[in-house]
Amino acid sequence: MGLLPENSRPKEFLLEVFFIAGGVFCLTSLVLLVAGEPPWPAFYHLFVGALGSWSKLAQVLMVWIPLTLCACGLIYSFRIGLWNIGVEGQVVAGAIASTAVLRFGVESGSPSLMLVMAFAAGILGGSLWATLAGFLKTKGGVNEIFGGLGLNFVAQGITLWLIFGPWKRPGVGSMSGTELFPESLWLPTFLSGRFSPVGLVVTVLALVVAAWVLNRTRLGLALKGIGSNTRAAYLHGLNPNTYFVLAMGMAGGCAGLAGAFQVTGVYHRLIPVISSNYGYLALLVVMLANYQVWGSPWIAFFFACLNVGSIQLPIVLKLDSSLSGIIQGALVLTTLLVYGLRSAGARRKARRAGG
Amino acid sequence: MTDFDLTILLASIVAGAAPIVLAVLGETISEKGGVINLSLDGSILLSAMVAFAIAYQSGSLFLGFAGGALVGAMMAAVVGFFSVFLGLSQVAVGFVLTLTGRDLAYFLGNPYARLYGPQTGLLPIPWLQDIPVLGPIFLDQSFPAYLSLLLIPFVWWYLYKTPMGLRVRAIGENPQAAYARGTNTRSIQFWYTVAGGLLVGLAGATFSLCTKTGWGRPQGAEGTGWIALAIVIFGGWHPVKTALGAYLFAFLQIMGIHFQGWWPSVPAQVFQVAPFPLMIFTLIVMYLAQRSSAKTSSRASPWLRGMVRILSGSSPAGLGRSFRPE
Repeated sequence: MGLLPENSRPKEFLLEVFFIAGGVFCLTSLVLLVAGEPPWPAFYHLFVGALGSWSKLAQVLMVWIPLTLCACGLIYSFRIGLWNIGVEGQVVAGAIASTAVLRFGVESGSPSLMLVMAFAAGILGGSLWATLAGFLKTKGGVNEIFGGLGLNFVAQGITLWLIFGPWKRPGVGSMSGTELFPESLWLPTFLSGRFSPVGLVVTVLALVVAAWVLNRTRLGLALKGIGSNTRAAYLHGLNPNTYFVLAMGMAGGCAGLAGAFQVTGVYHRLIPVISSNYGYLALLVVMLANYQVWGSPWIAFFFACLNVGSIQLPIVLKLDSSLSGIIQGALVLTTLLVYGLRSAGARRKARRAGG
Repeated sequence: MTDFDLTILLASIVAGAAPIVLAVLGETISEKGGVINLSLDGSILLSAMVAFAIAYQSGSLFLGFAGGALVGAMMAAVVGFFSVFLGLSQVAVGFVLTLTGRDLAYFLGNPYARLYGPQTGLLPIPWLQDIPVLGPIFLDQSFPAYLSLLLIPFVWWYLYKTPMGLRVRAIGENPQAAYARGTNTRSIQFWYTVAGGLLVGLAGATFSLCTKTGWGRPQGAEGTGWIALAIVIFGGWHPVKTALGAYLFAFLQIMGIHFQGWWPSVPAQVFQVAPFPLMIFTLIVMYLAQRSSAKTSSRASPWLRGMVRILSGSSPAGLGRSFRPE
């Protein structure tokens, strides 16, 4: 599984890393020069904006948690060979479900129980949304990319409808979202209310579970088998359709958890852009991590640094904050290029040796 | 609602659908050759930004459209090079380019946001525009709308009635067989992908210079690339049917604007977003209905089966796979 070949010697590997880093640096500098900006201050402010203080680091972790959770979920669906582009909508579905529980919980007596329920609802909501895409594929023959994409639009539509309709603020609904929950329903946080230890623990736990399920259980083996050769797995007695839906359900569960975290730990309400694009970004994270569990958290951390670091660019340098996205995209593209060239070279060598 | 005029509605659908038709036709061309250009959404935004920037700086609409087309072609060339020549996953490369193209557009387009720039005007065709009903709908439009109207039959004719079209379709269906027959599979796939991207770039330029004039964050074209991709898939890779899908989407968007006037209490954002889920929903329902009717009708009579097959259309069998001549 995976589109990047894994066999590479340490010396080649270092050379490739050097080439990729250089490529990203050159591409990004080029973009900055085209925009008429000197590159160094931009890089400097990116770095300082991400890791310049403890509070910034806490903010990075705040981004890291949902990003890693989405990436963690995507590994399940990638392992079986599905392109779960609907992860964005699954985050939203999870956020909606946990908001629903918390709205109910405003009146109830025990906030901590309500928080646990909200997380459970988030997992369930994301999971249901993902299985919907799974069933569209297995029962309806709709490719998971387009089923998922369609469901993303639907989830976004439902969010807007809820914010402006049934769940609108007293008075008039606005793009700023639903009404803020009372502080008793906020996830406990440190460091200027940004870093949530519960979120950190839950995320690490999700990674451990994913690594265990995918590498140590029959289920993981089945997913891998179907992902690498669906027909052979079918002849072996595995029903691919069941596992397609199951893998989507697990991926959606992780994404829904990320959505629940966005509601309980970050925004404390439902907002129109609750998913903050983390689902799409997580797809890039997993691609760079070569679809492996333990590569993802580090890359997610780097991506989170870029995202947080770019927040102050518009204020300090009058640059658009999308610079982080350009660096992330350039990184994935150069990595793909390097691995593509290497495997094309290997093929050519093999052909020459064979012929 | 009293000032409702069907002719005006149809004319605004033809105008509003122009960029979507261009994008959909471009994607059909590259997918017929077997390459999915998933970068559509980012390509459209980046080319829209570049087209507006060039037109703003030079004052020339022609240069703007040319610049937009070039950007679309370059994005497609990256997809083509990575997937056709390096054998990487088309979906992966296209997806990365979607995100990167969008971010590049926002980043580089920052100085051009909310400026008033040149835009295309109407080019009524002398005498013919006075034909009742047809005149105002089809013959009193802007340049991109004419282009989209002309390209629908042209792409159909090219793909289905010319030897070149047959060759592309053969590659899309079975690259191995086409290669064995002596076709230079990879370079043809690459160049059709680039040609498709050219049209996508024109679609972007049409957005910023004609239908949703200007540049900003958001521009207003966000998401249409994804809709165009879905239309191609569910429209069965047929140029005429996919174009009809584009008109349906434009209709939904225009109805959104009308409804906004009818219910001012509902916020505008809801109407701006609503056409997207509605369109996807319609496409999926139509697709599922076709599939189930294909199943039942094929049991009923072979005649019906033939009819349904014409209506539903199937994907090029080699779509999305990278082919290695060994």
